[in-house]
Amino acid sequence: MEFATLDDDYEAMFDRGWTDGLPVVPPTESLVAGMLEGTTRDSDEVVALVPPNLAECTVEKVAINAVMAGCRPEYLPVVLAAVDAICTDGFNMHGVLATTMSVGPILVVNGPVASEIGMNSGVNVLGHGNRANSSIGRAAQMVIRNMGGGAPGGVDQATLGHMGKQGLCFAEDEAGSPWISLAEERGFNAGVSTVTAFCGEGPRLVADQRSRTPESLTKTLGEALLGAVSSRMVMAMDAMLVISPEHMSRYRDAGWDRARFHEEISAQLMVETDGIVAGAGGIEEGLPVALGGITVPKFRPGGLLVVHAGGAAGLFSAIIGGWLNGPSGSEPTTREVKP
Amino acid sequence: MVEWAIRQRTDDKGGQAVNVRTVVLDPTAEDIPIERERSPRPESLAGLTVGLLDISKPRGDIFLDRLEERLDSLGAQVERYAKPTFTKPAPVDLRREIAATCDAVIEALAD
Repeated sequence: MEFATLDDDYEAMFDRGWTDGLPVVPPTESLVAGMLEGTTRDSDEVVALVPPNLAECTVEKVAINAVMAGCRPEYLPVVLAAVDAICTDGFNMHGVLATTMSVGPILVVNGPVASEIGMNSGVNVLGHGNRANSSIGRAAQMVIRNMGGGAPGGVDQATLGHMGKQGLCFAEDEAGSPWISLAEERGFNAGVSTVTAFCGEGPRLVADQRSRTPESLTKTLGEALLGAVSSRMVMAMDAMLVISPEHMSRYRDAGWDRARFHEEISAQLMVETDGIVAGAGGIEEGLPVALGGITVPKFRPGGLLVVHAGGAAGLFSAIIGGWLNGPSGSEPTTREVKP
Repeated sequence: MVEWAIRQRTDDKGGQAVNVRTVVLDPTAEDIPIERERSPRPESLAGLTVGLLDISKPRGDIFLDRLEERLDSLGAQVERYAKPTFTKPAPVDLRREIAATCDAVIEALAD
């Protein structure tokens, strides 16, 4: 009995370049039909023009890739909203791929759909282990690869990349948060389910195990945020801050709301440009010398996205640095999840 | 729709391998690339219009300024263009304008 290693469905799909490096589920007609049961939308409805090739992508094509990524049918509406968000001109997926910076779509799910489909907003929230979190982000990236033609080494020219590019998707812990959610801050009602796409690098930890006051913790978080991407870059890039429950308890106990937090952390994020111009401190990187002598904010107004998530224990938060923001880069983009 | 034949065992006791047809739906855009002939290479640039497209990265202008000097000395007519931002593809209108105006184009990468 001979079995060549190429003789199975999984190898056949690798051979066709359809995978992200891990095995995918064969998208048989019956599995795709089952996936399409997850949405009321017509299978031939066009969801997006997928960059970089601007391929017309139907609900069915998203469903095929969602099967391959390991999604269950009830995840499909979230995948459709994610694909819609990252394929907008504002999010600029073509640029996100093409840049040598190591960024990709970071997806945050808000609203009732998150718990309805069993998403994780708790322990190991930015890691692996939850099927919905892992497969939704993966499905969106597979649409970019298979439909749009955006594969690493082709249009994707990231110098380093990060494992979140395999698909980093998580839910905000809204039930355990004293604050309005990220989606509410971005103008959506509490009962509405949304996906927010943020162009980001890999998460990095911020440890503060001693602060007992919100003022002290805010200074720690501010100090860490000043180094996001590069301490020499200001206003050009956004960031996402994921505050864990134990860190959030400092704000809850002190009665700080989201607006108060933004106000206080903004004060920690003012930068004297004399310290970050080219040549300052013996570092050639930096702002043009002509921009010295002033004080500027690290982030543009609205450029710090704050999410509450993580396990109940642990005095850590996380920073996800961004890429170029605004019309020249990538705008954080939120889309409603529709059935 | 994509099909392939895969050899699979019919039982777990060393039975004969048979070909089993697998049918899956195509996850790709099913695009068929179009091959186009390259435009003929000019033998000389003298008298031709050459477009210089700045992708708007830092110092790209320095590179293109030098190219413009060199092209001038070769008798080429130089037209300068710039993308609004290096992070996005050149707008369609800009590409059309370059194609309509120029005999050749040089796009600069820089940093």
